[in-house]
Amino acid sequence: MDSLITHSPALIVALPLVAAFAIPLISRAGPRVRNTFSLVIFGLITFLVAILAMDVHSVGIHVYTFGATAAELALPGGYTVPVRIMFEVDGMSIFMGLIITIVTLAALIYSLHFLKGQTGQARFYSLMMLLYAGMMGLAFTGDMFNLFVFLEIASIAGAGLAAYRTNMADAVEGGFKYIVISAVSALLVLFAIGILYAQYNVLSIAALGYYMQYTTLDMMALGLLGGAFLMKLAAVPLHMWAPDIYTVAPAGITPMIYTSSAAAMYALYRVTFTLYGSAIDTTTIGWVVIILGVLSMFVGVMMAVHQTDIKRMMAYHAISQEGYMLLGVGVGLAVLADPGALASYGRDAISGGIFHIINNALYKGMLFLTAEAIFFRIGTRDLNRMGGLGHRMKWTAGFFIIGALAISGIPPFNGFASKLLIYESVLRFNPILSVIAMFVSLVTLASFTKVFYSAFTGPEMPAYKEVKEVPKSMIIGMAILAACIIFFGIFPGLVVNTIVAPATDALINQASYINAVMGAVP
Amino acid sequence: MMEHIPLNFPFLAAALLAGVAFYIIIFKRNLIKLIMGIALLASAVNLFLVALGYRAGGNAPIYTDVPEGLMVLPVPQALTLTSIVINVAVLALMLTMVVHIYRHTGDIDAKESRRLKG
Repeated sequence: MDSLITHSPALIVALPLVAAFAIPLISRAGPRVRNTFSLVIFGLITFLVAILAMDVHSVGIHVYTFGATAAELALPGGYTVPVRIMFEVDGMSIFMGLIITIVTLAALIYSLHFLKGQTGQARFYSLMMLLYAGMMGLAFTGDMFNLFVFLEIASIAGAGLAAYRTNMADAVEGGFKYIVISAVSALLVLFAIGILYAQYNVLSIAALGYYMQYTTLDMMALGLLGGAFLMKLAAVPLHMWAPDIYTVAPAGITPMIYTSSAAAMYALYRVTFTLYGSAIDTTTIGWVVIILGVLSMFVGVMMAVHQTDIKRMMAYHAISQEGYMLLGVGVGLAVLADPGALASYGRDAISGGIFHIINNALYKGMLFLTAEAIFFRIGTRDLNRMGGLGHRMKWTAGFFIIGALAISGIPPFNGFASKLLIYESVLRFNPILSVIAMFVSLVTLASFTKVFYSAFTGPEMPAYKEVKEVPKSMIIGMAILAACIIFFGIFPGLVVNTIVAPATDALINQASYINAVMGAVP
Repeated sequence: MMEHIPLNFPFLAAALLAGVAFYIIIFKRNLIKLIMGIALLASAVNLFLVALGYRAGGNAPIYTDVPEGLMVLPVPQALTLTSIVINVAVLALMLTMVVHIYRHTGDIDAKESRRLKG
């Protein structure tokens, strides 16, 4: 058991990689064998993530060095800098890992029925495992170069999945846009890594943070990294690609691609807090993040209101919700250098922003799944052609209501818990920002009320008389996320204390991340 | 100042390549040219990484048979190799997608691929 915990970071990334290449072989034995295999492997991975999460929660930062005599040995005798590839799992990494795992589990179960009768399923599950491995690697990696490698793995798999339905012209177009954006942003990241390596001769994030001088070149590298990650996470004004991808990607994949945007957001926080941290002028950078957040919030929701395509509308809401996360963490970053303000509201602001990442992944993921459930049954995403679906698709309608109330921040759902944290703390920093955030929330509610009204209520339409509820596995997929939403909404304190607070502390406390690797340096 | 120019030359070339690449990515509408732009950007980054690893008069780090003098750290070369492999995969994927787009629209001009907007 102990050695399983020790090696779990490596296994969590290695198992899906092996599974990804085994699935095409195994699927020769029939679809039932393949589906069972995917579920069993993913169940095993979920178990590993759970025990690693408990270990990180009770023991602290978990360093895993590949090829060392002991996994915890980051610095071999006589070395002052880490030379091996390593994973470093702290509160923030495992927090992202939990989000990715929950969303992927729901997406996998949902897809089992959704894909029935389609060709190329073996490759679909392969790519899904690759995307999972890429995102988990991104969350766990302890060095900059593997950050680039895992970013690319996630991008390639994500683009392949977005364009899975190649019989639809718009799907291929969306996939192409995604891979272009990802390729350019990944190359910018690699360029920045080159600049950092040229100065410090190390690639480990902890060692780079330890030596960080913040020269002009470092400033350039920060600009490149920030620009690349903001492009990947679709913050306004670099958001143009996101609605296209979220609209065309198959069900199950949309939440996962959304989660890979959240992983890019994790990378952005990791770079600003841990890599640069105390070396930079956090007030200025914090305000930049706040302004981008407010812009994303406002532009996203305004673009969403007039959409007639249900998934496109949800995609713009996804951009708008990302604004909240940037706002919360930006406020925390702006007061990072001021211990008094940090203790009184900065820490809560960061907690709110981080808590919103998981809440949003849950309800946004579920809303995308309900939208695809409608598309699965009636074959259109156009809101003007929907109506009266509530009579036939009762489960889907119920899940949609839960998701819509959660995204608008109505108690007792999880969106309320994190938005309240953000409103309260931001109010003490700058009241105007808080007012904008509340206004955006109201517009969100209005927009979702409109969708519910036009899709689910009204008399039964003759064209949809024969529409049935979606198959069981799709309902189970949505139910997993709905259960998490309600649980998080009713017990927000429990969730904040067990997983969000360690993540917040991991971001604020740059020294602990660095010391976990560089501790032996005199 | 003058004696630094030969050493800095690869960095200037990398910057120039990156500039041309960005021009192509932003202004060209032909999807194949767009892919060529990304390939150029990848080459610029690879050139930058390889140039970082160059040390005048250094030896290859092969421990069994090494002459006297400086040994070169092989990390930048390793990074470049990885990055080349990844970029091959990305470019191949992009080209297959362009083939699919061509089958659907009969054109590889970006202004024909405008199904998604709003």
